Amino acid sequence: MALPPYVGPADIAWHYGFRFYCALVLIFLMLPILVIIPLSFNAEPYFTYSEGMLAFEPEAYSLRWYADIVTNGMAAPNAPFSWSWIQDSWSNAQWIHSTKNSFIIGIAATLIATTLGTLAALGLTRPHMPFRQAIMALLISPMIVPLIISAAGMFFFYSKIGLSHTFPGIILAHAAIGTPFVVITVTATLAGFDSNLMRAAASLGATPPRTFFKVVVPLISPGVISGALFAFITSFDEVVVVLFLTKFEQRTIPRQMYAGIREQISPTILAVATLLVIIAVLLLLTMEMLRRRNERMRGLSPG
Amino acid sequence: MAEAVITAAPTEVSDAVNLKARLRSATARSRRNAFLLTAPLLIMLLITFIVPILDMLFRSIDDPIVGQAVPRAAIALEDWDSGAGLPSEEAYAALVADLAALRTGGSDGKALIGRFATRLNFEQPGVRSVITKTARKAPKLKEGPYKDALIKIHKKWGQPEIWAAIQRLSAPYTVVHFLASLDLHYDVEGSIVGQPEMRQVYITIWLRTLYISGLVTLLCILLGYPVAYLLATLPQRTSNLLIILVLLPFWTSLLVRTTSWIVVLGRNGVLLETLAWLGLVGDVDRPQLIYNMTGTIVAMTHILLPFMILPIYSVMRGISPTYMRAARSLGANPARAFYKVYLPQTVPGVGAGSILVFILAMGYYITPALVGGQNGTLISNFIAFHMQKSLNWGFAAALGAILLAGVLGLYWLYDRVVGVSNMKMG
Amino acid sequence: MKRSFTTTAVAAAGLAMLGLSTFGTAQAAESITVVSWGGGYTQSQIKAYHEPFTAETGITIRSEDYNGGLAEVKAQVEAGSVIWDLVDVELSDAVRGCDEGLLETIDHSILPPGDDGTPAKDDFMEGTLFECAVANIVWSTIYAYDKSKLTGAVPKTIADFFDTKKFPGKRGIRKNAKPILEMALMADGVASGDVYDTLSTDAGIDRAFKVLDRIKKDVLWWEAGAQPPQMLADGEVLMTTAYNGRIFNAQVVENKPFVIVWDGQVWDLDLWVIPKGAPNKETALKFIAFSTDTKRNAAQASYISYGPVRKSAAPLVSTHAETGIDMKPHMPTAPENFKNALQNDFEFWADHQDELNERFNAWLAK
Repeated sequence: MALPPYVGPADIAWHYGFRFYCALVLIFLMLPILVIIPLSFNAEPYFTYSEGMLAFEPEAYSLRWYADIVTNGMAAPNAPFSWSWIQDSWSNAQWIHSTKNSFIIGIAATLIATTLGTLAALGLTRPHMPFRQAIMALLISPMIVPLIISAAGMFFFYSKIGLSHTFPGIILAHAAIGTPFVVITVTATLAGFDSNLMRAAASLGATPPRTFFKVVVPLISPGVISGALFAFITSFDEVVVVLFLTKFEQRTIPRQMYAGIREQISPTILAVATLLVIIAVLLLLTMEMLRRRNERMRGLSPG
Repeated sequence: MAEAVITAAPTEVSDAVNLKARLRSATARSRRNAFLLTAPLLIMLLITFIVPILDMLFRSIDDPIVGQAVPRAAIALEDWDSGAGLPSEEAYAALVADLAALRTGGSDGKALIGRFATRLNFEQPGVRSVITKTARKAPKLKEGPYKDALIKIHKKWGQPEIWAAIQRLSAPYTVVHFLASLDLHYDVEGSIVGQPEMRQVYITIWLRTLYISGLVTLLCILLGYPVAYLLATLPQRTSNLLIILVLLPFWTSLLVRTTSWIVVLGRNGVLLETLAWLGLVGDVDRPQLIYNMTGTIVAMTHILLPFMILPIYSVMRGISPTYMRAARSLGANPARAFYKVYLPQTVPGVGAGSILVFILAMGYYITPALVGGQNGTLISNFIAFHMQKSLNWGFAAALGAILLAGVLGLYWLYDRVVGVSNMKMG
Repeated sequence: MKRSFTTTAVAAAGLAMLGLSTFGTAQAAESITVVSWGGGYTQSQIKAYHEPFTAETGITIRSEDYNGGLAEVKAQVEAGSVIWDLVDVELSDAVRGCDEGLLETIDHSILPPGDDGTPAKDDFMEGTLFECAVANIVWSTIYAYDKSKLTGAVPKTIADFFDTKKFPGKRGIRKNAKPILEMALMADGVASGDVYDTLSTDAGIDRAFKVLDRIKKDVLWWEAGAQPPQMLADGEVLMTTAYNGRIFNAQVVENKPFVIVWDGQVWDLDLWVIPKGAPNKETALKFIAFSTDTKRNAAQASYISYGPVRKSAAPLVSTHAETGIDMKPHMPTAPENFKNALQNDFEFWADHQDELNERFNAWLAK
């Protein structure tokens, strides 16, 4: 967007001032996340850049906090590296423990949320859906209700029926919180769905199941996958419900981080945070790929 | 399917009325099928989400303990006028009988005394030990006058307050928790009055919650609107790159972002160290940027900003640049063209973003809990306090019910303004 | 009716995921869940109690952390799904929990006699055995400062903590009315014997809050016991209230230049309780008897500076397990530390904690 030659100095000042302001906002968004990444390689247990780090001395940097992720909590962290060392880390290291839990809970909750959410979205976009507006509002409410209220309610009720402090309990809770994202994304995909495609398939002799799998599924799958990713990250990042509903055995990464921030901020948390930023980047790239694929399939792509 | 065809065949020849009926039944079937598709999710949400919340809300009015613990005293106090002196001897006798029965009623009875004492203690601070002490002695009181005997055990039995509390709480349902949520309570005569000033907490907290949510929303508009505008007006290729800078924080864990702010804003944090290095702040007298309201506002603005930028951006993308060009060519200067033509068209996006940010901010818990300190905590933190520390669950439920009502009101507004079906992610 | 329907439905859903739930509980050999306060304190218990207990009985111990309070216990007991076997609680919580029927009663005859043959009921210090609870340590809330940050005069009395003119700088305080109100009154000149009488009157409460007003703008509030040493080390605060053992750990194990001011300390007990209906009640009782015998009670004190509750254990307190320094002068009950000390009044706090925390919250909010 080069400036046309006829603009005056006020316009130029405005143009650059505006961009400068936007740059500041974007820095505000990104910088805090980036600042912690180098700090996670700090050789010392502090949160400030040491002079050595600023001078790029190699000995001021270390991977000790990353090593701490896999060793903290092990029975014999200093044993020589061997198969039994790996076993020890796999079953005893606290962060490994919470990583396993985060994935177990996240994946199970995502499967439930995605299956039920996609079915519901298919129903909601049918032409004769009764009470569409009301049901939609209800299905999206878990996203709107403050987590502290959901967590409090679940804490009381799940305790009553013996689900608190169990894997099924936290999985169902996270599935409930994740469904709105699936419903929203899949409904949005289906809203742009041209039902003539189904008629065309039928007129060409395809049976309804064949139409569903050959026409509908490929078209909505980007929506379903991105909904699933949203549901997964929601569970993966959730800590309020986890605080109320789990004990040590179900402790997840965010729960472990929460305890760490409140009690002992060691740079290990920064190392974990860095890994989580990398996960976020990967998820973002996946989403972007899905979005482009979706646009291409509908012939919406600009280029 | 095949069956349907066979049974349908003979009606092929029937008249228009029949056709109408068939059409209606087909529609009904279609409605039913559509509904059945949503049924599994509805059922799951009902069990895992809706019922738990209703169950919690019920706790805010459910208050059976006093009626269960001292039924005789409750009856004896029914007609007592709390404004006109102490209750009658019968009430004292009934209470002694109740407490004696509980005391000798095994571990369940004893536990009920404890819960009764705790319940009453929430209303009348300090009476817990009065009750437990009286209950210990109650089985030994064989004959009257019970009034003197009780007053001898503790002088509080000679004051109407404790009796008024028993009388009021003996009903199975109560509104005291809702009153307390607004810094109100019953006085001894049964009229609703404000709490004494030194016990007023919640009005302040409600106002603070609204203030912080409003301020964060405003900051998000101020920071987000220009960025959305930039993203919407840049060429697609550039804006696709820049939008990653908005989306990455959006996808990054909430705890990572909160941790970042602790690292950045701490007393020896990156920001203050840099400023000190530049000579802008001293080594000793540094401003407190975290563990107070500033910390909460900065971190929450950062976390919620993408929720503002994305809806505004998606609205702006739909605005054709020709409108602005037309306004300019008709002689409007850029500021006027923007104000009169562009801005009004972006209002739906700003509205959607604002309501969303405001709703999310109202219920924030984790970030204020970690960086809020003494004056940066919100109502959610008090709900958690009464859930986990004071164990006044009925009160926590009442605070939650009021918060929920506020949020659902805004949600309804959002639905009217934007429509939940138009909500987009990412 | 409604409940039974939902139970069935959820049970069905739960059944489907049973495969997953076994992930977490695969190690199903006999074990008990012991809940304590985390950090250096839990570490000392693991070394002094858990490891020898496992070695002797083969029963594994799962250690969990919490930040005090009865919420979890109450929820578990009311719901009838208790998962904790043993909890380390403060005295006022032990009393309240016992009153409300949330805790199992403990038969004191299971406690072994002292090593010198004194029966348990005489060997435990007075006021450390309760219907539902057995004390395990004496700990204290003190305040501490970082001496490397101070030149010239150093704080010596509880009044110095509340004096930001003499010692300008931030203060760390636990975000709770207890026991900072007591400390404020002692700083204002109330003798330790009169603190709770004063605090029972409105004028006394106002007086305590007036003292707190002096430093309010300089306070950073903490909630978890591990925070105060961290805050001191990071330079976030100049002085902070803390549990004495945590500061000891930082001093001795991490070589931090911290100094404890014992004047105006408020001491309290930590006790073992068993939630009503605990899954492994018998084992939990066995663990209580094991961990409070003379030897373990004294051994605990060689990992962290919390005093034993058995008279027979006091003389056995020796040296720190890692550094070999003498532990006796670091105990809250050491005579030179105990000159101006106040015992936390559990009855007072059980009665007034709701009211005072409410007022404390109101005061914070203003």
